Amino acid sequence: MAMIEFKNVSKWYGSFQVLKDCTTKVEKGEVIVVCGPSGSGKSTLIKCVNGLEPFQQGELIVNGQSVGAKTTNLPQLRAKIGMVFQNFELFPHMSVTANLNLAQVKVLGRSPEESTEKSRALLQRVGLIDHARKFPGQLSGGQQQRVAIARALAMDPIAMLFDEPTSALDPEMINEVLDVMVELAQEGMTMMCVTHEMGFARKVAHRVIFMDQGEIVEDATKTDFFGTPRSERAQQFLSKILHH
Amino acid sequence: MDFGFLSQPAFSGGGTYFDWVLSGIKWTMLVSICAWVIAFTLGSVLGVLRTTKLWWLKGPATAYVELFRNVPLLVQMFIWYFVVPEIVPKTLGMWLKQGMPMPEFWSAVFALGFYTASRVAEQVRSGIQSIPVGQTHAALATGLTMPQVYRHLLLPMGYRIVIPPLTSEFLTIFKNSSVALTIGVLELTAQARTISEYTFRTFEIFTLATVVYVLITMAVTVLMQLVERRLRVPGFIGTGK
Ligand SMILES: Nc1ncnc2c1ncn2[C@@H]1O[C@H](COP(=O)(O)OP(=O)(O)O)[C@@H](O)[C@H]1O
Ligand SMILES: [Mg+2]
Repeated sequence: MAMIEFKNVSKWYGSFQVLKDCTTKVEKGEVIVVCGPSGSGKSTLIKCVNGLEPFQQGELIVNGQSVGAKTTNLPQLRAKIGMVFQNFELFPHMSVTANLNLAQVKVLGRSPEESTEKSRALLQRVGLIDHARKFPGQLSGGQQQRVAIARALAMDPIAMLFDEPTSALDPEMINEVLDVMVELAQEGMTMMCVTHEMGFARKVAHRVIFMDQGEIVEDATKTDFFGTPRSERAQQFLSKILHH
Repeated sequence: MDFGFLSQPAFSGGGTYFDWVLSGIKWTMLVSICAWVIAFTLGSVLGVLRTTKLWWLKGPATAYVELFRNVPLLVQMFIWYFVVPEIVPKTLGMWLKQGMPMPEFWSAVFALGFYTASRVAEQVRSGIQSIPVGQTHAALATGLTMPQVYRHLLLPMGYRIVIPPLTSEFLTIFKNSSVALTIGVLELTAQARTISEYTFRTFEIFTLATVVYVLITMAVTVLMQLVERRLRVPGFIGTGK
């Protein structure tokens, strides 16, 4: 059984169709890169996975549960799926450690001590243990994004979603974040990453999905995608982002 | 200016005119602070309700705000004092008119509290709505429920963002408390007026009242600055990206 399975998912904003009949799946342990021009529906697609965006048609099964079903306990499902955002979205009024502890305590019911222990281990892992007491506003973008990844990992997720995790970063900070993501991928984490970092895709992705105007235009293995993308739109897109 | 009259025995009550001034200050403070407790509590609840997506919570809260914000305070004060006891069930009305101690005081507190609540609600709502939606998404994505997101993210951040306008509402409540004199609360402005009628020291007594209002304003401002400093988030400059 696939970890994430989209079956003909469609979504509208009023009369504007933002997702058109999207069908794809992510197996356990797979790393999928989603790319495509701005406005093509990548963020919307990935936010459907944990129910942050509702959809009107089709079915979406995550870890055996139907996301759109009324009976699904969304908070419970979300707690198992980590998500990392373009703008980090750390809680500004909480220290780094408090950011990592919050959901562990409030959602998983861990004790504060146990949570802090877990948080410190993760901060160590992303290289930020010295910043545990700082506030998000006192960190660089790259550091904030690594904290955000640690915050997601603190919940022991079964899959991770990334929505352009490096596009708000200054170039010199992109690699520190990608390194953490590569490591995660190599450990076998199930990942769905919206990103234009084709180096990352080449290195760890199993499949690449190309979206345009709400459609999944291409859903290919990495080798096929970088070898001979079948669609003209994907070829054009690739040549654009690879040439700068 | 000669403030000697303040130590003279007052026309009635056994104390001096200065005692009348102190009593006025006491009632100004009591009306304002009690009204603020109502305004802050009720206003916060209403402000939060206005940010929810549930129409049956949002609708009544919006109606409340529009009604109480747009009817003049003076009219609301008269309604609480003169009209409410007539339109509630008879026994309650009788109690309000004869049984309840200090009817003018409580009418003033309710009028000022319920009126200011509509203004506090708008501030709380705007504070919460100025938090980027990505923050809520991030909190929900960790598995928190919407009430938990309010409790741990939207309220603590929302209040911080609107401390300056809330301070201004808090200051306004002290100034607006003078409207209570119209239904017979002997707060500072009422006492000043009475003293001026007995002593003809109009200029001195209203100068004194002005100074007291300014001192209260300064004290509240300093207090709120302390609150703001205590709650300041290191490195946080605004909600913009
Ligand atoms: N809340 C919304 N209301 C209306 N249209 C929206 C809304 N959010 C996104 N869109 C539109 O949906 C399309 C897809 O958006 P998005 O998924 O963010 O694209 P991407 O992440 O690929 O840049 C865009 O055209 C965008 O303008
Ligand atoms: Mg996007």
